[in-house]
Amino acid sequence: MKKTLAFLLTLSMVLTLSLTGCSKKSGRVVNVCGWGENIDPDLITAFEKETGITVNYATAESNETMYALIKQGGADYDVIVPSDYMIAQMIAEDMLAELNFGNIPNFSLIDNQYKNLPYDPENKYSVPYTWGTLGIIYNSAIVEEEIDSWSVLFTDSGRYAGSIGMIGNPRDAIGAALLYLGYSVNTTDEAEIEEAYQLLSDAKSSGAYQGFFMDQLYDKMESGETAICTYYAGDFLSMYMNNSDLRFVVPKEGSNWFVDAMCVLKDAEHKEEAEAWINFLCKTESSLANMDFIWYASPNAEALEQYPAYYEEQNGEPLDPMLYKVMAAPADVLSRCEPYNALPSETQALYSDLWVQLGIE
Amino acid sequence: MRNRRSLFALPYVVWMALFVVAPIVLVVVYAFSSADGGFTLENFAHMGDYAVVFSRSFYLALIATLLCLLIGYPLAYVLARETAGVQRVAMMLIMLPMWMNFLLRTYSWMSILEDKGLLNRLFAAVGIIDLGNLINGGLNSLCAALNSGPLAWLNGELGTQLALFAKRSTDMTFFHMINTPGAVVLGMVYNYLPFMVLPIYSVIVKLDNSLLEAARDLGADTLRVFRKVVFPLSLSGVLSGITMVFVPSVSTFAISQLLGGKNQLLLGDLIETQFTGMAYNPYLGSAISLVMMVVVIVCMAVMNRFGEGEEQAVML
Repeated sequence: MKKTLAFLLTLSMVLTLSLTGCSKKSGRVVNVCGWGENIDPDLITAFEKETGITVNYATAESNETMYALIKQGGADYDVIVPSDYMIAQMIAEDMLAELNFGNIPNFSLIDNQYKNLPYDPENKYSVPYTWGTLGIIYNSAIVEEEIDSWSVLFTDSGRYAGSIGMIGNPRDAIGAALLYLGYSVNTTDEAEIEEAYQLLSDAKSSGAYQGFFMDQLYDKMESGETAICTYYAGDFLSMYMNNSDLRFVVPKEGSNWFVDAMCVLKDAEHKEEAEAWINFLCKTESSLANMDFIWYASPNAEALEQYPAYYEEQNGEPLDPMLYKVMAAPADVLSRCEPYNALPSETQALYSDLWVQLGIE
Repeated sequence: MRNRRSLFALPYVVWMALFVVAPIVLVVVYAFSSADGGFTLENFAHMGDYAVVFSRSFYLALIATLLCLLIGYPLAYVLARETAGVQRVAMMLIMLPMWMNFLLRTYSWMSILEDKGLLNRLFAAVGIIDLGNLINGGLNSLCAALNSGPLAWLNGELGTQLALFAKRSTDMTFFHMINTPGAVVLGMVYNYLPFMVLPIYSVIVKLDNSLLEAARDLGADTLRVFRKVVFPLSLSGVLSGITMVFVPSVSTFAISQLLGGKNQLLLGDLIETQFTGMAYNPYLGSAISLVMMVVVIVCMAVMNRFGEGEEQAVML
């Protein structure tokens, strides 16, 4: 999800793919759908060279867009990389294939902490790809205090009226309000969700928010147009590289931590190739290269541990421990974070209705 | 003979059937279906909740269309009377932006209109923002003077209103443009203006000059020639221009998301939400699309009545 900015990137991706597609006539292909800016493109070439399998890499804008595309039968992907809650939903709807872990020996490199998570309790369908946290990003050149609470987006938003960019998807926006109120992000209690919505709606009508953004936030945060926003740790690091005044905080009330994992669709035509691809990405070298490119933490324990050294080797300077802490949130931060579960369809409908309501007001 | 000739139209007929008629049929089917596949009217039951979104979208699209007409008609008219060389260059310039992706162009407007964007930096550099503060300051003192001087007797009744006038901001550092309905309208006008200019231009450029000469011979002045001859004859271009600007404006979602900041939901956003939002509900999405299509078609039909007796305007 997380990152799409790139209509441009997609375009260049499509171009490179069509070019490589022409040059290689090997019959074996794998169709992958990931998020924009969520893989080091060199890995695609390396995999193609190593296995002779051609990778068709497409991108989706969000879990929901990808889900809709697959549901409508408009896509013949083999490998997809949904987030935890979407995986749970897709397993429940029988859309995913059970993986043959015999073909994915590198699965053993994945930290046990990221195996058998509630979205795939027996770990039959998914192999974790990245993980991270949701938090508040703010510009320390504009915001003088140290932010540590979600309140700055809601009850205390008056101080920063007109300079807050709220996140543009209902799950995270209402989720932040639920966290502030001390409720679970997975609550199905209508009253709690309505209360969270009210916070959002009040802040919106008081003029606190510039708008509801997703990947536009890259530009807006980097240029200082927006002073405070809610977004994901990995994307913060990308922004930080262009503006070192930015800060990331996982608020004291807690937050969401998410896992994006690779899955194979039930009716995938190239299951073996798909598993080869997944296996390739689990390798420590792949994970390191990927982390250096996309800034999302890898669930590969070895890679995560080696990353600061790898960064120093690649960039000739040590990795700022602050950045490493944002990337790989330490246990005390994770302990106050909660993953998203799949919500029952009535709750999803409620979120959707409230989100529309917010736009109507 | 006639049948054989109609064979030539076959490729397009097949195209239309596959990519225009079939999708519309699907939209209709979905709109009257429930999630379990049965017939239902449930999808239309809450359409009233979205009345605000409908009226907002039609209102903004209408403004954008009027602006396009006001800018586009004179441009097309003047252009059609220019020499062939000028026309070629002007056409190039009108078409040129369309060679670049629509989303990229809209994305650029975001950087232009932001509070700390290009335009505001330009305004600050050339002193327009200071000028704005100065004017506001002047208006403030004028209001204050009027309130205490010649209009003091009004203070009883109108005092509050005038006091409001006297509170213009004098410490602006930027003009707020992005994430407002105005920015959305600007995005529409910018993106769809060529669709207004081109059809009008192509009608006017083909006008038979002898008609204009005849009108003048019969004693009509320039204004009268325009009103009685040129404008009625260009009406078909105007009508198709209006259609081609209004319809995409009313259903846009990219423009409102990038320039409007999703603060005010438009129809396109509402429909998109049903497909890619939290709850995947293509049935409600189709129902809203269907209602929108019907409303648009009714609008177009009403409008085409104005053009009746002239030439047939293109419907959709």
